[in-house]
Amino acid sequence: MRAGAGSLARRSAVGEARDHAAILAASGPFLALLLASAFFASQSDRFLSGPNLSLILQQVVVVGVIAIGQTLVVLTAGIDLSCGMVMALGSIVMSKAAVDHGLDASSAIACGILVTIAFGFLNGALITFVRLPPFIVTLGTLNIAFAITQIYSRSQTVSGLPDGMVVLGDTFTVGGTAVTYGTVLMLMLYGVVWVALRETATGRHLYALGNNAEATRLMGISTVRLILAVYTLAGLTYGIAALLAVARTGVGDPQAGQTDNLDSITAVVLGGTSLFGGRGVILGSLVGALIVGVFRNGLTLMGVASVYQILITGILVILAVATDQLSRRKALRS
Amino acid sequence: MTGGPTTVPPVLQARNLVKRYGHVTALDGADLDLLPGEILAVIGDNGAGKSTLVKALSGALVPDEGEIRLDGAPVKFHGPRDARRHGIETVYQDLAVAPAMTVAENLFLGRERRRPGVLGSVFRLLDKPRMMAEAASHLESLQIGIRSMKQPVESLSGGQRQGVAVARSAAFARHVVIMDEPTAALGVKESGMVLDLIRRVRDKGLPVLLVSHNMPHVFDVADRIHIARLGKRVAVVKPGEISMADAVAIMTGAVRVEKDS
Amino acid sequence: MQTPRFLVALTLAGGLSAWHTQPQPVIGLITKTETNPFFVKMREGATEAAGAKGAKLMTATGRFDGDNASQVTAIENMVAAGAKAILITPSDTKGIVPAIRKARAAGVLVIALDSPADPEDATDALFATDNFKAGLLIGQYAKAAMAGKPAKIATLDLNPGVTVGRLRHDGFLKGYGIKEGDPSIVCSADTQGDQAKGQTAMENCLQRAPDTNVVYTVNEPAAAGAYRAIRAAGREKQVLVVSVDGGCAGIRNIKAGQIAATSQQYPLRMASLGVEAAVEYARSGRKVSGTTDTGVTLITDKPMKGVDSKDTAFGLDACWGR
Repeated sequence: MRAGAGSLARRSAVGEARDHAAILAASGPFLALLLASAFFASQSDRFLSGPNLSLILQQVVVVGVIAIGQTLVVLTAGIDLSCGMVMALGSIVMSKAAVDHGLDASSAIACGILVTIAFGFLNGALITFVRLPPFIVTLGTLNIAFAITQIYSRSQTVSGLPDGMVVLGDTFTVGGTAVTYGTVLMLMLYGVVWVALRETATGRHLYALGNNAEATRLMGISTVRLILAVYTLAGLTYGIAALLAVARTGVGDPQAGQTDNLDSITAVVLGGTSLFGGRGVILGSLVGALIVGVFRNGLTLMGVASVYQILITGILVILAVATDQLSRRKALRS
Repeated sequence: MTGGPTTVPPVLQARNLVKRYGHVTALDGADLDLLPGEILAVIGDNGAGKSTLVKALSGALVPDEGEIRLDGAPVKFHGPRDARRHGIETVYQDLAVAPAMTVAENLFLGRERRRPGVLGSVFRLLDKPRMMAEAASHLESLQIGIRSMKQPVESLSGGQRQGVAVARSAAFARHVVIMDEPTAALGVKESGMVLDLIRRVRDKGLPVLLVSHNMPHVFDVADRIHIARLGKRVAVVKPGEISMADAVAIMTGAVRVEKDS
Repeated sequence: MQTPRFLVALTLAGGLSAWHTQPQPVIGLITKTETNPFFVKMREGATEAAGAKGAKLMTATGRFDGDNASQVTAIENMVAAGAKAILITPSDTKGIVPAIRKARAAGVLVIALDSPADPEDATDALFATDNFKAGLLIGQYAKAAMAGKPAKIATLDLNPGVTVGRLRHDGFLKGYGIKEGDPSIVCSADTQGDQAKGQTAMENCLQRAPDTNVVYTVNEPAAAGAYRAIRAAGREKQVLVVSVDGGCAGIRNIKAGQIAATSQQYPLRMASLGVEAAVEYARSGRKVSGTTDTGVTLITDKPMKGVDSKDTAFGLDACWGR
């Protein structure tokens, strides 16, 4: 293992190439976002305008925040299919608490978020204590949350919400463009989670758990506590997403969120996080959500039919996973 | 051929360990003595109970009967964390590393260093530069040639990965380092490097308990060889005093050994 | 050859007597989804009507718009459980036909509600709202309301391939007097009938064509989302929004000035007529046939010449939902 000076120098050049490949892999999604944006900017002069870009951010806020929870779960090699339905349940609980039961905005919001946290904890408990696979567990809680939402709301939207509940939909102006507080909240959440994942022991343990659960356990880290924490925290993000959804649409909508589980997983995958766990950058999920939003907005600006958005999203997902795999294999071989 | 009563008190000692799995008795009154400053290799055929013995000593399982003493004091391990707290570190056969994570991260996995002051205690932020520096110095003291602590472990060769796992155990062990089949997955050149590494660990003052089925490697590196058979210790020999063929014969039971009391 | 004829007579007698002494008629209702209040209301109406007639009502639903497989399974299960008549709102108007034919071959009466099967005579009868007419009415209304001004039309549709959405869309175009691909259509986007998606679609369409002044929406949740986007853009006074459904929430939106006009449909009427016909068949074997239009009414508070309409007071009286 002791190398001569010559081979050490050679290895350092090789190591640098490896680092470059890794950086490319991590920034792939961001490059894709830039390329897509450049393309749409060339097709419509409205694309790059402040108001349009602010709109795109607003449109991805709900899925973007759900994707935070989903990313945390996926990093541990799990998955959460119940996210959208739990979000909808949270929004119904908080809006009905305010409208039907007369609670003030803060208390009503707290009720809704407590319910989503409870569902998150339920997911985590079933996975750790009953030892059921995350796919199955969250498939079950997806349906349970959905049914409770329909029964409790009688499938009716709840309107007439107090102002305090929709304040995140209000805007402030930045350089002539209106930006919602919800957008700012989403960006802040991403920032906090990003730092926590990189700079705290628990964040690193999450990655280790997804990468090699047995090793993590052997090193004395309580995987049970970690998994419980991750799914419960994910539940919290769904509650925040519920509040953001209510603020954006102005109503509690029991029909909301039905495609959000697949949409959030799409954002996570497009962002370069591996569904096998242990690899990925949280900011990638924001980029992934933005990629979908950019395509949806850009294609509409171009007058392309909606069905093509779905086609392109499918192609993008495959491209994203393929390039990630290829670049990782290349990095290992060099 | 057996070692007589030892005059130096052993660092780690097991007496009469028994472990049953249903009708199968894996340990049938097994003994072990690990002396300070030595490399003790444990060899035995399949079913001899060597991996069960090592699991009992590393805290991975609790024996049904028997006693374990560390530095003369009796201990009971309820899990791997217990053993680790007592200063016994284990290098597992599959290394127990997270391949996507860096050398430094793997070295400190579960024992991360936090930043001083509020940033560390309240916000629980990691002191990454310190961990990188400490990792580099641990690897350097064992002469393990890995250029950057930031490299993901999966980009290392098999021998380098083994080096990381060994360095981790050596860095945190206070009394014993246990190694389970350290050369099993390695080629000739890298095996030689790992055996050198094991010697350096011993030279640092940490006795090494080594489980291996590779006889040439065992005879190359061990100070004493513990031969297990049918859940018991049947002999302890020195590599210089016995041929490999004879050791294998004792291991398989072709040759019976008279035990001195 | 005496024995077979004797046996046949005995079986017939037994069968007929079983028929007449049937304690409780069993009928089934299969709707498209559990979430759309339209179908929830239909189910509630059917349950009430069945209870009033002393019939046992089995219900089932698909999981999403277009979920044919669940509806096929439901038909099979209900026939096996002894349903004499089945009411169904087909999700896939073509795909459901083989299952319907099998049920009818087993002597079960099958009535389509809300939208016809394809071909229409695959079912014994149809109690429907004419979705094309629903679109036509609001198209005519929009044309009249625009009074010759150049229109920039955005269509907020349902989902590719869903019949109801296509009929309403085509009806609207016909009512407006334009064809698909007309230059006055500046934007088309899908909403899946979802409010949040309707909002996103309208936001993006407004970016493409900020001077949009007519918006066709496939249903009222989509319209609610569209209005929110229009108001955020400050153009609520310049844009005319029309929709279909006639749910109570939607009628209230007309009163509030968010939607200019909507085509109101009557799920409760469909349900009660359907249950009546089904129970009749279960009791007496008398079949109903043909198409019964359960009606669609244009509701608006700003009536236009040449287009019949009723006001929101009427609409609120006849609306479904809450």
